[in-house]
Amino acid sequence: MAPVLQSSQPWVEKYRPKQVKDVAHQDEVVRVLTNTLETANCPHMLFYGPPGTGKTTTALAIAHQLFGPELYKSRVLELNASDDRGINVVRTKIKDFAAVAVGSGQRQGGYPCPPFKIIILDEADSMTEDAQNALRRTMETYSKVTRFFFICNYISRIIEPLASRCAKFRFKPLSEEIMSSRILHICDQEGLNLDSEALSTLSSISQGDLRRAITYLQGAARLFGSSISSKDLISVSGVIPREVVEAFYATCKSGNFDLANKEVNNVIAEGYPVSQMIFQLFNVVVEADDVPDEQKARICKSLAEADKRLVDGADEYLQLLDVASNTMRALCNMPQEFSFET
Amino acid sequence: MLWVDKYRPKTLDRVMVHEEIALNLKKLVAEQDCPHLLFYGPSGSGKKTLIMALLRQILGPSAEKVKVENRNWKIDAGSRTIDLELTTLSSANHVELSPSDAGFQDRYIVQEIIKEMAKNRPIDTKGKKGYKVLILNEVDKLSREAQHSLRRTMEKYSASCRLILCCNSSSKVTEAIQSRCLNIRVNAPSEEEIIEVLEFIGKKEGLQLPSGFAARVAEKSNRSLRRAILSLETCRVQQYPFTSNQAIPPMDWEEYISEIATDILKEQSPKRLFQVRGKVYELLINCIPPQMILKRLLHELLKKLDAELKHEVCHWAAYYEHRMRLGQKAIFHIEAFVAKFMSIYKAFLIATFG
Ligand SMILES: Nc1ncnc2c1ncn2[C@@H]1O[C@H](COP(=O)(O)OP(=O)(O)OP(=O)(O)O)[C@@H](O)[C@H]1O
Ligand SMILES: Nc1ncnc2c1ncn2[C@@H]1O[C@H](COP(=O)(O)OP(=O)(O)OP(=O)(O)O)[C@@H](O)[C@H]1O
Ligand SMILES: [Mg+2]
Ligand SMILES: [Mg+2]
Repeated sequence: MAPVLQSSQPWVEKYRPKQVKDVAHQDEVVRVLTNTLETANCPHMLFYGPPGTGKTTTALAIAHQLFGPELYKSRVLELNASDDRGINVVRTKIKDFAAVAVGSGQRQGGYPCPPFKIIILDEADSMTEDAQNALRRTMETYSKVTRFFFICNYISRIIEPLASRCAKFRFKPLSEEIMSSRILHICDQEGLNLDSEALSTLSSISQGDLRRAITYLQGAARLFGSSISSKDLISVSGVIPREVVEAFYATCKSGNFDLANKEVNNVIAEGYPVSQMIFQLFNVVVEADDVPDEQKARICKSLAEADKRLVDGADEYLQLLDVASNTMRALCNMPQEFSFET
Repeated sequence: MLWVDKYRPKTLDRVMVHEEIALNLKKLVAEQDCPHLLFYGPSGSGKKTLIMALLRQILGPSAEKVKVENRNWKIDAGSRTIDLELTTLSSANHVELSPSDAGFQDRYIVQEIIKEMAKNRPIDTKGKKGYKVLILNEVDKLSREAQHSLRRTMEKYSASCRLILCCNSSSKVTEAIQSRCLNIRVNAPSEEEIIEVLEFIGKKEGLQLPSGFAARVAEKSNRSLRRAILSLETCRVQQYPFTSNQAIPPMDWEEYISEIATDILKEQSPKRLFQVRGKVYELLINCIPPQMILKRLLHELLKKLDAELKHEVCHWAAYYEHRMRLGQKAIFHIEAFVAKFMSIYKAFLIATFG
């Protein structure tokens, strides 16, 4: 028989805060929810914001703190995009869950246990509009006995009538200081050594996404042992080394199309994600001292266009080549208009 | 067995290129709390080889006892049931599949398979629960919905099911998924590394490689190891003993596109456009992906153009390829590019030569 693989949780799960007060940087929602723990009441909630900022963590923590381990199963329903949430499923599942009566709302075993149930709809932005519409009625029907927590990355995908029924909280990307202090906490627990340069690198490359930072940290710890340098972190992070971006920029400056084309091919062969390349190129261009604003504007326009097209699924090579061509024409003062287009 | 399969290294200790990545992977899985992994890099760079060797490292020899199955899923979607069929490769502790083969219903597959694996967690003699490994290929082709539906699932089942995702372009994988994985870039091997592998294979097969021969094969491979090995084998079939000036045969479809480019450069007219359409259809029927046709055509055309035209032409290639992604019929957009090119090129010829 095949051996059984032992498993333990990756660090992101291991260091997921269990209590609302431990959620970092999202002060507003923490204040409101701390209040909830005292009054045992809360409105419907909508959490939105970029990945790895604590949305799911917060929702799970408040649910656990309100009901404790015993009642959790009967009082909290967690649905996410991996559960089918077509209209019927949403209706029946929620109905079945909400219809079972709750007790009077007395504290039990040290938990507030308010007289309602919580329904957490994680990744609500991937629900169809129809399903969201169907939810409006459901929310009203059971408003006395349920509280909904909607969680999403993109608030624009939540229909207005749902959003307007909720208290909305935007989860901000974590600031570098907060990020550093969480990371230091983990380093402490895991016995890792991070110098201050490495620490600031880690905070800046994860761009406010704490989950990313923790994953990089764990990756680097496994690969390079307990003393981790800034370089180690960059190598696990997928950030493109500065030299590569600068070499690309230099070929654009050279004015030689074939040279630039060769460099584009090289970037693709090295497997650097073009979306990341565009992002880093943007920084190089904006910070360049020797480029007039008008040229910068022309380049940024083409970066924006390419970024949009990549999101639509366009080919990475062609988009980067187009960016290289536009950048070259701007930097070398070549005409902006094409000569032979009819 | 083809040489690409015959000489695919089976263990992390035996890989010839990407030795550093292999070493790193070994360290990563030495402890049991490894995060989900996302491998990305160009085609033929060696992702799959690394993944299979890694699997072997995690699971031991049992990873090689795989069975191929055509599995059916009946998915209850409230008012109706959806029938899905997909091929899976699996061993006792892992499953591999390409969910994007299920088209726009890919998200159901992703949901079902992970839950199913989580339910059947292996348990050892002491009653401790273990985990399984799920390999998902071509995640860059997964629909947005499928990617979204992976978000919470990847966290929720992280103890029972470790994911290894594989794709060519990580730009097409959503931030939320990237944020949940350790991302591993697998670059295309350099020409020198390719030469090394080719010479190794030559030696194992007992072949005489004339000096510079492996280098020429490597140069034509566009840094794809798979392609280099395939063309070495083709050369072997075509003519052996090798001669130092033996031609390295190009791919059929690439030759065909080079002919199309010549046609376009010779004459720019509606009649020629019509003929080109026929040839493009021919390529599409033979399952050459439309963006590869467009890219190759651009490559051939660029060889023949003045610098100022190059900018203009690459702009339109990027423009029409993007439109092709949004549209439904690839042929329209390839043809639009050809027509655009003809009109630009004709205007250029008139301006230059009158
Ligand atoms: N504000 C925070 N305070 C403390 N830890 C955090 C915070 N945000 C994220 N984390 C860490 O990152 C991990 C992921 O966070 P969480 O699941 O809450 O992200 P999310 O906002 O729900 O992201 P997504 O939109 O991708 O679902 C947590 O397990 C935790 O370790
Ligand atoms: N590390 C290696 N050492 C020696 N040979 C290798 C190595 N990696 C790959 N190869 C050879 O290259 C071939 C192609 O590699 P592989 O199938 O892993 O590419 P891939 O990155 O998965 O490509 P695609 O994205 O097109 O699926 C293999 O069949 C094998 O023969
Ligand atoms: Mg979440
Ligand atoms: Mg492969």
